[in-house]
Amino acid sequence: MAPKKSTKKPAASPRRRSTKPALYKAADDELISFYQQMLLIRRFEEKAGQMYGMGLIGGFCHLYIGQEAVVVGIQTALKDGDSVITGYREHGHMLVGGTDPKAVMAELTGRSGGCSSGKGGSMHMFNPEKGFYGGHGIVGAQVSLGTGLGFAAKYRKTDNVSVAYFGDGASNQGQVYESFNMAQIWDLPVVYIIENNQYAMGTSVKRASSEIELCRRGESFRIPGEQVDGMNVLAVRAAMDKAVKYCRDGKGPYILEMKTYRYRGHSMSDPAKYRSKEEVQKMRSEHDAIDQIKAVILDRGLMDEADLKAADKAIKSRVADAASYAQECPEPALSELYTNVLA
Amino acid sequence: MAIEINMPALSPTMEKGTLAKWMVKEGDTVESGDVIAEIETDKATMEVEAVDEGTITQILVAEGTEDVPVGQVIAILVEEGEEAEASPDALPEPTKPVVETKASAPADVPAQDVFVEPSAPVVAVTLADPAVPQGTEMTNLTVREALRDAMAEELRRDPDVFVMGEEVGEYQGAYKVTQGLLDEFGPDRIIDTPITEHGFAGLGAGAAFAGLKPVIEFMTFNFAMQAIDHIINSAAKSRYMSGGLVSCPIVFRGPNGAASRVGAQHSQNYAAWYANVPGLKVIAPYDAADCKGLLKAAILDPNPVVFLENELMYGESFDVPVLDDYVLPIGKARIFREGSDVTLVSYSITVGEALKAADMLAEQDISAEVIDLRTIRPLDIETVIESVKKTNRCVIAEEGWPQCSVASDISAQLMEKAFDYLDAPVTRVNSVDVPLPYADNLEKAAVVNADKIVTAVKAVCYSE
Repeated sequence: MAPKKSTKKPAASPRRRSTKPALYKAADDELISFYQQMLLIRRFEEKAGQMYGMGLIGGFCHLYIGQEAVVVGIQTALKDGDSVITGYREHGHMLVGGTDPKAVMAELTGRSGGCSSGKGGSMHMFNPEKGFYGGHGIVGAQVSLGTGLGFAAKYRKTDNVSVAYFGDGASNQGQVYESFNMAQIWDLPVVYIIENNQYAMGTSVKRASSEIELCRRGESFRIPGEQVDGMNVLAVRAAMDKAVKYCRDGKGPYILEMKTYRYRGHSMSDPAKYRSKEEVQKMRSEHDAIDQIKAVILDRGLMDEADLKAADKAIKSRVADAASYAQECPEPALSELYTNVLA
Repeated sequence: MAIEINMPALSPTMEKGTLAKWMVKEGDTVESGDVIAEIETDKATMEVEAVDEGTITQILVAEGTEDVPVGQVIAILVEEGEEAEASPDALPEPTKPVVETKASAPADVPAQDVFVEPSAPVVAVTLADPAVPQGTEMTNLTVREALRDAMAEELRRDPDVFVMGEEVGEYQGAYKVTQGLLDEFGPDRIIDTPITEHGFAGLGAGAAFAGLKPVIEFMTFNFAMQAIDHIINSAAKSRYMSGGLVSCPIVFRGPNGAASRVGAQHSQNYAAWYANVPGLKVIAPYDAADCKGLLKAAILDPNPVVFLENELMYGESFDVPVLDDYVLPIGKARIFREGSDVTLVSYSITVGEALKAADMLAEQDISAEVIDLRTIRPLDIETVIESVKKTNRCVIAEEGWPQCSVASDISAQLMEKAFDYLDAPVTRVNSVDVPLPYADNLEKAAVVNADKIVTAVKAVCYSE
């Protein structure tokens, strides 16, 4: 990790989204799996929203509806030993990372069967066994932490990578740039995923960022960046495969800006008056990630409408089971108040 | 099957709301995601989306109705291909709004106990310093060398330990505490950072999540204010928030408190700040042996540890036992000098002033017992209480501001736990409650010294 003389050439000007983005060539079973994983997130989040409305979930609850293609395209490009970290909109990351929906839902209801034993809540979920390190509520903190996970991968001389997700809002935090700088001088294997859903709570990127092409935020650190259609899981996966290879090859960090969109408010209590209904409707009807993949599946003849309906039904029933579990499971014992403060 | 659509809770605090507008009418079919109504909460007007697909067969609450309680059935939806068989009268009682059950007793406790705070588990571990056998060779080391030796020993023992900070490598340490480490351990383990406290504190915490054991040096703890979010929100809280799944074995160390003539921004004592935080351990040693034994303990500890040194102590020399593995227990105070008339409690550099004060008091026939806390969290209040039971008086000397200080906390605990043993008010001797001035005379007037301690002791002994 010796401070090395930089022999790198300045990064080529970042590749913006081309009109013809590279698309991942998914095998038939992969395509179906992408569809199912995205649908699981959507149905899960819809149920979470409903349960919030019933008063079963407390506090803040940030739904991932609309952004499903990002997490599915990214996570499926990883291998054992890679690590992942994100902010507080992480239910989808938990589900795709292989955590039982029951444990995620029971965490939302604050029950003993929750993945954090009911002590973390919506914003604080972890599954370190599967390489997922949270679930952090301080905007931007996960970027430095994720850089540390990448540091550990390199320190141990593995070819593993770290993925640090953050939003367009977090991209204005100072520590993001402190992290970019260190990651580049030490060639740390970190893929920075900027989930640009256009709104930092209620403030649009245009109002908050002097450079709205967020993929260019690494330029002064010589980190390559690319803008990706985050509503298309095949585009996400193709871009991620390239970024991961770059990192595994020891070339240093990489930035992917995912242009995506959340259909719901920032959190459950956000009426989202800062954007028009037409804008939301347009994204839903013309760019929906699940509809897009559904069209490919139908086109290839992998499933027909009846199969799709059956798949949806199976996922709904899985989510319903998670919801029942999350309501039946007891609250944590009062003695749990004092556990896990220190080792 | 008919599905009840309930009045939703749309904010963490909402209990009722106004059904402002229906966006559907009876007979409409809806898909999940369709907006079916607008609800006015105490904060905003929110849209309600359908979660299930089907036909709205009944609307039970007219638009414009105010104060609709959360959980009340507002409409009935029938899924595709099913008959609308049930009338609202025949429907089962709506699920009790959980807003209410939230406030009810957890199932495993009798209702009358709800407001009784469950007591923390009593930790009955007796901590003791390791025995130093008679005849053990002693070596005279500066605090600086003792700290360096502690790190070097742990770096040799465990390849997961690394040291990171500004000027820790090629410059050999801004205060020369890491002198020689780069030569022995190389640049992969002794890592010079840019000037980027927030970033490298977070990077360190992330590396610790992954199982490494970072020793993060802050050039001074004044600069750690840039990084305090990671020390508290990332390092201290992750184990609890994850239900024990995530560990963060990290040490944040560096000089803390006033040095000499460096002005207000470089002279603050942060012991009370960090000691306030569950999930952290906080150590502030005085002499070289404690610096060595406790820094080794901090690196070995599976929890995040804040290790507060003092720049003015770095060059001071003390005897350190020559033992293979000298590790001291975290959380154990040390009775530095025994006495019978008054208990003098202190930590870090101020222990030296307390010892000086004890000498001065001895000349006036006042016997002071001097306790060095060594660890601020967990605080060894038992040792202080046992001493106060004997002396019946207590003065706490701390270089740092008085309000919400470590001294204030000890004073409060003595009031709660040793009130009957006190013959005089517990008294705090803290720094003056101003930002530290630069001028030599003003700086001297602001900090704690032996004379101020002597004055306070004489007051509680009613000897003037």
